[in-house]
Amino acid sequence: MRSISFNTVKKKVKAAIMDAAFIAGDDLMASFRRALAEEESPLGKEILNQLLENAEIAKDKRIPLCQDTGLAIFFVEIGDEVKIKGGLLTDALNEATKEAYGDAYLRKSACNCFTRKNTGDNTPAIVHYDIVKGDKLKIVFCAKGGGSENMSRVTMLKPSDGRKGIEDFVVQRVWEAQANPCPPIIVGVGIGGTFERAAIIAKKSLLAPIGKRNSDPELAEMEKSMLRKINDLGIGPGGLGGRITALDVKVIMEPCHIASLPLAVNINCHSSRHAEIDF
Amino acid sequence: MKILKPPLKREDVEALEAGDKVLITGTIYTGRDAAHKRLVDLLDSNKPLPFDINGSVIFYVGPTPSPPGRPIGAAGPTTSYRMDAYAPRLIEKGLRGMIGKGPRDANVKEAMKKYGSVYLGATGGAGALMAQAVKKAEVIAFDDLGPEAIRKLEVVDFPVIVINDTKGNDLYIENVKKYKKG
Ligand code: SF4
Repeated sequence: MRSISFNTVKKKVKAAIMDAAFIAGDDLMASFRRALAEEESPLGKEILNQLLENAEIAKDKRIPLCQDTGLAIFFVEIGDEVKIKGGLLTDALNEATKEAYGDAYLRKSACNCFTRKNTGDNTPAIVHYDIVKGDKLKIVFCAKGGGSENMSRVTMLKPSDGRKGIEDFVVQRVWEAQANPCPPIIVGVGIGGTFERAAIIAKKSLLAPIGKRNSDPELAEMEKSMLRKINDLGIGPGGLGGRITALDVKVIMEPCHIASLPLAVNINCHSSRHAEIDF
Repeated sequence: MKILKPPLKREDVEALEAGDKVLITGTIYTGRDAAHKRLVDLLDSNKPLPFDINGSVIFYVGPTPSPPGRPIGAAGPTTSYRMDAYAPRLIEKGLRGMIGKGPRDANVKEAMKKYGSVYLGATGGAGALMAQAVKKAEVIAFDDLGPEAIRKLEVVDFPVIVINDTKGNDLYIENVKKYKKG
């Protein structure tokens, strides 16, 4: 058994949460530059230039990239030989969230569904666990904004709808979302599993680096096809018209019930903030 | 580039066209979901609003807390359609401008035409950049709402673009049409 202390987890996760709010990933910055080269619309180019400038300011002055610093979401892969000493892992993640959002002056966006009263510290965090073999612990944090999350959907297609039905639904969802989720967006597509599993894998798909194609040739082909169709919609950066509506489309597919074809579309905005912490 | 200095008169906003780039200098107010509900509740019970709505501009934003030495944290627009249920009531009372992102519904567009108000787009997700134009921020109402409290902002050259003008034009619809294939 390998033991990792509660405090070590908390400290490292806290630092990662703070950095993610201020520092745009290299893959994201590279995708902005590629988009700028391809964008035809002058207004679209202007928006992309603003996003590049925004990222510079955020990093230099440590001002959050976006005022919606999101709900805190964690994907955890914990080895079966790992033990957390001194407390529960979920508590460590919640405490790291509380402290990071407080100390770094990030926005607390969690509230009661009916009264809308803010919980005050951005908890509870949303945590997804996978138990894997070995003695490693991998925690991926992602700050997910409400604007793009609100544009996401889960649907239960018929098996006969097939690949075309999937692509049509995804493209239609982006069309209906228009400027709301802060395009250029990244589209996460979860196919299969069950109703809830589809949503989780759609969100997980967004963690892969922008521009990296699926290792499965058929899914890679689907990603490219949907990206082309989405960028033909003309929504463009900021929704003000243009070529680049999405920076990427990501797919994860898992087996499903013989009666079903679950599909989830999780839209992420260009403020795609995540961090991986390895123990 | 056009310049707007709130408070605005009806003529000021009627002179704007969808697609105009505008710099705002002066006082604007922040307000989003929960604050809008309270403003409309106050109107419903014939109570005074916490600021003079006539001629005002509301920025749909819930900023991050101000770190020491800075007037505000990140301050970009939130999605506007969530305020669609409340906006016509405020427009009727003289609200001349709304700053946000994403399309508005037919009722809001109708109210903008009827009473003379414009919808201004700010770049979503550029909160650090936009905060540079905010020189002062002060909570003036609903402090208990935290990020959703109403703040009075002093801005200089705050950059926006006219999405909906008073003639019924919609920049989102017109521009997306130009680039849509098939
Ligand atoms: S959708 Fe994303 S970029 Fe836009 S305001 Fe929300 S978190 Fe920020």
